[in-house]
Amino acid sequence: MTSHPDTRSARWTAAAAVVTSGILLSGCSSSDGTGSSGTDGRARSGGTLTFAVGSDAGCVDPQQVGSNDSIYSVRQVVDSLTDQDPRTGKIVPWLAKSWDISSDTTTFTFHLRSGVTFSDGSRLTAQVVKDNFDAVPKLGALATLAQGYLSGVRNTEVVDPSTVRVTFKKPNAQFLQATSTHSLGIESSASVKLSPQEKCSKGVAGSGPFTLSDYVQNRSVTLSKRAKYAWGSSLWAKKGEAYLDRLVFKVVPEAGVRSGSLQSGQVDAIGSVGKADETALKGGAVNLQRRANPGVVFNLGLNNSRPLLKDAKVRQALQLAVDRQQIVDAVFPTGTEPATSVLAHTTPNYADLGPDLSFDAAKAKSLLDAAGWKTGSDGVRSKGGTKLRLTVKWFANAATNQPALELIQQQLKAVGVDVVLKQLQITQFAPTLQSGDFDAVWGNVTRADPDILRSSYSTELANFYHLPASPLDTALNRQAATADPDRRGELVKTAQELLIRKAYIIPVVELETQLGVAKKVHNLDFDASSRVQLHDTWIG
Amino acid sequence: MRRYVIKRIAQAVGVLWAAYTVSFLVLDYLPGDPVSAMAGAGADSGQVDPAQLAALRHQYGFDRPVPVQYAEALGRAVRGDFGDSVSTGRPVTSSLGDALPQTLQLTGAALLLAVLLGGGVALLATYTTRRWLRQLLLSLPPLGVSVPTFWVGLLLVEVFSFRARLFPAFGNDGLRGLVLPAVTLAIPTGALVAQVLAKSLLTALDQAYVETARAKGAGRVRIHLRHALRNASLPALTVVGLLAGQLIAGSVVVETVFSRDGLGRVTAAAVAAQDIPLVQGVVVFGALIFVSANLIVDLVYPVLDPRIVVHSRRRVSPA
Repeated sequence: MTSHPDTRSARWTAAAAVVTSGILLSGCSSSDGTGSSGTDGRARSGGTLTFAVGSDAGCVDPQQVGSNDSIYSVRQVVDSLTDQDPRTGKIVPWLAKSWDISSDTTTFTFHLRSGVTFSDGSRLTAQVVKDNFDAVPKLGALATLAQGYLSGVRNTEVVDPSTVRVTFKKPNAQFLQATSTHSLGIESSASVKLSPQEKCSKGVAGSGPFTLSDYVQNRSVTLSKRAKYAWGSSLWAKKGEAYLDRLVFKVVPEAGVRSGSLQSGQVDAIGSVGKADETALKGGAVNLQRRANPGVVFNLGLNNSRPLLKDAKVRQALQLAVDRQQIVDAVFPTGTEPATSVLAHTTPNYADLGPDLSFDAAKAKSLLDAAGWKTGSDGVRSKGGTKLRLTVKWFANAATNQPALELIQQQLKAVGVDVVLKQLQITQFAPTLQSGDFDAVWGNVTRADPDILRSSYSTELANFYHLPASPLDTALNRQAATADPDRRGELVKTAQELLIRKAYIIPVVELETQLGVAKKVHNLDFDASSRVQLHDTWIG
Repeated sequence: MRRYVIKRIAQAVGVLWAAYTVSFLVLDYLPGDPVSAMAGAGADSGQVDPAQLAALRHQYGFDRPVPVQYAEALGRAVRGDFGDSVSTGRPVTSSLGDALPQTLQLTGAALLLAVLLGGGVALLATYTTRRWLRQLLLSLPPLGVSVPTFWVGLLLVEVFSFRARLFPAFGNDGLRGLVLPAVTLAIPTGALVAQVLAKSLLTALDQAYVETARAKGAGRVRIHLRHALRNASLPALTVVGLLAGQLIAGSVVVETVFSRDGLGRVTAAAVAAQDIPLVQGVVVFGALIFVSANLIVDLVYPVLDPRIVVHSRRRVSPA
């Protein structure tokens, strides 16, 4: 390695030339591999899938992790009581072969499948499920997702060895969907008894199609196929064991290194593909797979108690002044859709309110005029000496946040609203919401159940956005107490309409999960929460 | 000599204490706390029961007065206990201990390359009589110092991993995985070595003793390597302390680009998660490496040049 310095610099020049021309060339190629990889050819067993993710949350306990990069791997270790069809949002059997829900949605009785074992050899019984549901609330802030799903639980009782009943203090229709998530994945009783830290660092024994064989923090998670697995979700195409022998999740923080590694065949799939890497990945032996995350879309969450924002006309003007399509085109990955409701279109009971969210700067201006806000010499409106100025707090949890907000800033400036952007650390998100010290915050919530509207906007819960009590509460409460899917759908639609028409929040864009997957990888599919299911995946 | 050694060690301990204290105060002053960080990571809706947060704060002792927290933490730190990482629950010392061998491997290889490359450039630049070659070689170190390590790393990955497929782009796997990260880290470090060594070599070659040696008929190579290099190595040795700092700082970037496990990655993750105990451990550990390197240099000095102790004694003992 003691190469002569001047040849070294020559090599650098050559290297730079190669890189530059490479980028130009790949920029010219097109072809867009959207959707799931084809199922041509015969599925075969065996092989290792190497998946590069951007981060490691430092934990391999499904009940505790909340970040997609960790969920991709740990999801494969546990099974859930139910599964959710990503196309219809319908809840279907998995570890529970059937269930009964009381008409007021306070009591959920699950009838368990027989013959299910955990990787530590123990058997699935009603007691194990009870142990899990009793332990999860004790994880507290370490497991915010799981704990939220079980909030308000009165008790979990063992009816008989294969029947377990969960009772809530109040109607809680979301719980059925919650049982399909990785957060309420069922772990063996021995695992449940470990301390949260032990579960994080050593992993847990689940009944899933893969078992954890190695975890090196910040480096990799290695999973092995569970032999004789025979209790897969009713949604899976293959019965019995998974196809792949091994899954290796490598932590590769640099987005460019992830996409380069995929292109050069060093890995088979990558997570978090941004707009910047799309061009490089197109045209090669790679498919880009994308799906909108269900739940609350990226939005400006308004603090409705602020004097400026108490006026519905101002809020409606803000809603009309945002050109969502322009933001999508300029900032977000191909295929991302502008918000057409407060919920993303992949959420069950989503209602298309697109017309209410169309861009109309003229109407926004006239609403502000009518509300008494006069344009000053600097282009910013004011009323009684107060400027029409909003501070938007935002957090560095996605590369698209800043450019999207800067564009919104320009769009609102055009109708006379001055937007000040204030970046905070992601760790300050929760404290900021709790303190109420904001005009607006930029954020989203992923959840494949419309009850997320109640947790976010009911005035009877945390009410971080300081909504006034209104008929919206009634709609949100009643949907939580309705087991009938059609009736629930009507109520959820009403709630969405109220949220949008009163302009309590400004929905902007759906969050899209985009994966890069080598073409030789088949059936790497999204689940209902836009995370991955790898039981049916094969390499050929 | 003993006095000199004691003084240097006391200085080193003082620096460590200052590093600990300043990092403690800065971390305490920063907004947010590790408990909200833990909650925030799992909850994008921010819906966490404040009572549970309070319970966790109590569990980790963040609810006690700052001076009490400081005194207790310092007391434990002196005994080598930096507490448990808030994000993983593992003892800080074992997190650092696990990462250390990876980083030592990387920085060791980089240091070796840096000395070979940097030393080679400096020697050749001062030896050659061709003006254009000297100018070219002397222009390399400022370039090497100023190009961003991040960019160099990505460039090397692009060329030698993605295109030529000679080396893996990420991971800690064996010697092949070490090449690209070590070269990346060696470029700014080697440039520093070259800069300092070339300068002191040029100074040394102007000294009278070189003329004397030349008059006595010593060859050019002999003068360059035996006489000039020997005298020029003392100032170059001083930068070893700087190099330690450069290598530690560089490892944060290099380990991130190449997805290598190590102290740099631990540091980046600890800062992102506001993992106060872990950040403190990293700061003190970094300071320890820096201080040790400088201490070794200070202690080696008098061996190379006994006048240094005499000078130092005269300065520190006014009596």
